[in-house]
Amino acid sequence: MSGVRVLVGTRKGAFVLTSDGTRKDWKVDGPHFAGWEVYHLTGSPAEPDRLFASQSGGWYGQVVQRSDDGGTTWAPVGNTFTYDGVPGTHQWYDGTPHPWEFARVWHLEPSPTDPDLVYAGVEDAALFRSTDGGTSWDELSGLRKHGSGPAWQPGAGGMCLHTIVLDPRDPARMHVAISAAGVFRTDDAGATWQPTNHGLRSEGIPDPDAEVGHCVHNLARHPSRPDTLFMQKHWDVMRSDDGGDNWADIGGNLPTDFGFPIDVHAHEPDTVYVVPITSDSEHFPPDGRLRVYRSRTGGNEWEPLTDGLPQANCYVNVLRDAMAVDSLDGSGIYFGTTGGQVYVSPDAGDSWSPIVRDLPAVLSVEVQTLP
Amino acid sequence: MTDAPVTRGATIRVKLPGHLRKLAGVDGEVTLDVTAPATLGAVLRALEERHPVLRGTMRDPMTGRRRAFVRFFACEQDLSHEPPDSPLPDAVVRGAEPFLVVGAMAGG
Repeated sequence: MSGVRVLVGTRKGAFVLTSDGTRKDWKVDGPHFAGWEVYHLTGSPAEPDRLFASQSGGWYGQVVQRSDDGGTTWAPVGNTFTYDGVPGTHQWYDGTPHPWEFARVWHLEPSPTDPDLVYAGVEDAALFRSTDGGTSWDELSGLRKHGSGPAWQPGAGGMCLHTIVLDPRDPARMHVAISAAGVFRTDDAGATWQPTNHGLRSEGIPDPDAEVGHCVHNLARHPSRPDTLFMQKHWDVMRSDDGGDNWADIGGNLPTDFGFPIDVHAHEPDTVYVVPITSDSEHFPPDGRLRVYRSRTGGNEWEPLTDGLPQANCYVNVLRDAMAVDSLDGSGIYFGTTGGQVYVSPDAGDSWSPIVRDLPAVLSVEVQTLP
Repeated sequence: MTDAPVTRGATIRVKLPGHLRKLAGVDGEVTLDVTAPATLGAVLRALEERHPVLRGTMRDPMTGRRRAFVRFFACEQDLSHEPPDSPLPDAVVRGAEPFLVVGAMAGG
């Protein structure tokens, strides 16, 4: 019987949650890397038992860990992330120049076809690539050297490259998102990049329609429609149907269009999920009610999903990498909260139940659908 | 440090903080043969050569700059701000006292 493996990164370690296809009974394994922040934990689609973890902390820096047995055992691989050349400066919060300094890996994106190829999005924002399973890392510096780098500025969590979206049609084409710079696309495997932010509007920057400077929180894409991208921005939920060249607001009837994660149903490319958060200064659900919102129309028309989720006195947040979908029939949906709960819906969001309630604050959730 | 420079090689005992012991896969102290002169930089180099996973965890791999939340103590002295070519205290070189790598006291 098929099953799922849910990979959870938290403020104090990593956890691996496994179940069969019913997704009712769960085995919880962890913490791995206890006491360390695990910003992201993910698996290789090409070799599902190969997992990568970003382990970091303020004391001892960055470690990348790899497992080749589905998370049972782990070994450190490469932890040297050296910017190409003299990295120069970006903007600090007050607009003054600030030196580019490596802090941590926010997101790891393995190739869908090559188990040794994996990308890393880091803070301060840059994209790195490993072709040897994470042992060594080289910066794809065309992104940072695109020309707008000195104008990039940090979001509240740091100036991070947090989202990497690979194009299923073409391994040379990908999108990345940076807080707070925006979305960039390459069509030549990372050699050159162009900002793709037309249509975004952000009141928190001097020119609200600027080409670069937007605090994009997350991107999602369905593999059957590679040119359609969904975005949760600092404020605004957006959609592009031309590979990011132009964006349109699809917030519609959402109670608030601030939030962090966005994801797409595994089998319905127009079914999209977000978790509205009150505001940029109140990072918890409106009215203390934890509601996932689903649109079956590709945006604009949204319905709250509440069955099994706390509808009173709930003041957690759901971070940008903390939502995932499996590809079983019905498309299971998962998300983790800063309160340490990981919820599962085996029926595309209609009903929810907690897998675990008391983990450390959840930073990331990924799911692997296993044969 | 007041000790005279030590020009002979030495066997240095190193105590690591728990997170780094676990990362390096060691229990208890690490014992390192350090070629002369036995300096702060030499013991860190020897430690990183023995346990490559520790590269970058105590100091920047490119600049050598100590990570802000890592401290180096020995013989009740704080060696954190000493230059890399500083000789280690004689008691450390003789193996009577350990060289301590310490995570700064900070919550979290």
